[in-house]
Amino acid sequence: MNNIFAVAGVVIKELYRRKDFYVLFIVTILICVMMASVNIYNDAHIVRYLKEICLLLIWICSLVVAVTTTARQIPAERENRTLLPLLAKPLTRVQLIVGKFLGCWLACGLTLVCFYIFFGALSASREHQWPLMNYFQAAMLHWFMLGIVVAMALLGSLVFAAPSSNSTICFVIIGGILFAARHLDQVALTLREPLRTVVYSLYFAIPHLELFDLRDLVIHNWPLIEWKYFGLALLYALFYMGVFLVAACQVFRRKAVN
Amino acid sequence: MTAILRTEKLRVEYRSREMRQATKVALQGLDLEVHAGEVFGFLGPNGAGKTTTMNVLLGFVPPTSGAAYLFGIDVRQPIARQRIGYLPELTYYYKFLTAEELLRFYAKIFGLSRSEADRRIPELLKLVELEHAAKRPIKSYSKGMQQRAGLAQALINNPDLLVLDEPTSGLDPLGRMKVREIIQRLKNEGKTVFFSSHELGEVESVCDRVAIIHQGELKAVGRVADVTGNHASLEKAFLQIIGYQMQPVS
Repeated sequence: MNNIFAVAGVVIKELYRRKDFYVLFIVTILICVMMASVNIYNDAHIVRYLKEICLLLIWICSLVVAVTTTARQIPAERENRTLLPLLAKPLTRVQLIVGKFLGCWLACGLTLVCFYIFFGALSASREHQWPLMNYFQAAMLHWFMLGIVVAMALLGSLVFAAPSSNSTICFVIIGGILFAARHLDQVALTLREPLRTVVYSLYFAIPHLELFDLRDLVIHNWPLIEWKYFGLALLYALFYMGVFLVAACQVFRRKAVN
Repeated sequence: MTAILRTEKLRVEYRSREMRQATKVALQGLDLEVHAGEVFGFLGPNGAGKTTTMNVLLGFVPPTSGAAYLFGIDVRQPIARQRIGYLPELTYYYKFLTAEELLRFYAKIFGLSRSEADRRIPELLKLVELEHAAKRPIKSYSKGMQQRAGLAQALINNPDLLVLDEPTSGLDPLGRMKVREIIQRLKNEGKTVFFSSHELGEVESVCDRVAIIHQGELKAVGRVADVTGNHASLEKAFLQIIGYQMQPVS
């Protein structure tokens, strides 16, 4: 485990020493503070729009951080040749992959903590309440969703050599899942066999990232989701993380590193 | 003498990505032994199979046939790498880390305790003359400083065997001299050093034994004086062994 944590530690250091996160965080703050400073519609419920914009920005920024940070990990190790001294040490390839995954996922977690604290402060400044458990559920599910994204991007980084192509493909897949995955079953009903089975299979095979989106719950201050469903969602995320990680380890095990 | 590094009929073939091209044989039946406490120079022209040999020894590339052992352990087992240090050619270490952090990271991978790392890291930084730059990010280092940081990471576990792939490649004369001095010091400490180089003068000055490889085949192996033989220098002997014909200058 020491090796895994050592690798993860370097990934986290990389995140907070690079400018990407700070730029995204500052841009989010600026946009939200600017929106908050003007009461455009003279509407008492304007805070909901503000919350919606803020959460949307948080979702976009967190996905950008997760995908770009993960996509460059292994390609950068190859390009800079740091993979060689690393694997020449008693570190297995599985440990390296798990360490990279853990580092990226924890880094995303730290990013989310910063973003959600800002969101909580912004929201409390208008609503004068702090529904901590709602925020907890939303942030936890968001973080676990990012775990799936990180594992998927890590697998992609072993298949596609260039981080840019991997990032683009990941964004297209994530966007596709978030916007269209929930409708795939209905689409399947309109199709003939064998296409219907194919689309149905796709519907059940892909990770439904949209399930982790609790933005409406936070925006409209809806009651908490039941803890058993919350727990099931976390297990669902862990399952997909495991699937992508096992696939990544298999791909990496066969790859020549010279 | 104990063979710390041993290869037996090592053969490596690379399948070409293009269908029409035949399989490329990078190593053909390489038999090599490096003994404890010696500095062993591994020579050959570009594409001769030096880096491939190192890649097999470090477990990066599986041999097509034959076997390789470090300390008597098959190189395919990660434990074989516990007592070695490796410096690859032209590596750009994590730019966002300082040399001290870089060494601490590698120390953790070797399972060194915090107190052991606290003792070892300043020692190594002093050895490679980077103590003044220990807290500076590696991105601000010159090429020579980066190479010395690389040498320090290769020594973090106090290895019994050092594998150095062209350690002076791309360095200026001062940088080369510093690396050479470090190798000499390691030799005096009784470490075994296995290194590849194109700097034959440097090899002549620090190596106990050398091997010359060409097109994946071992052409000569022995003490520097024996390999040089009647030639004026190791360079002349090297050129003759690889079959290079000197053209008369008109």
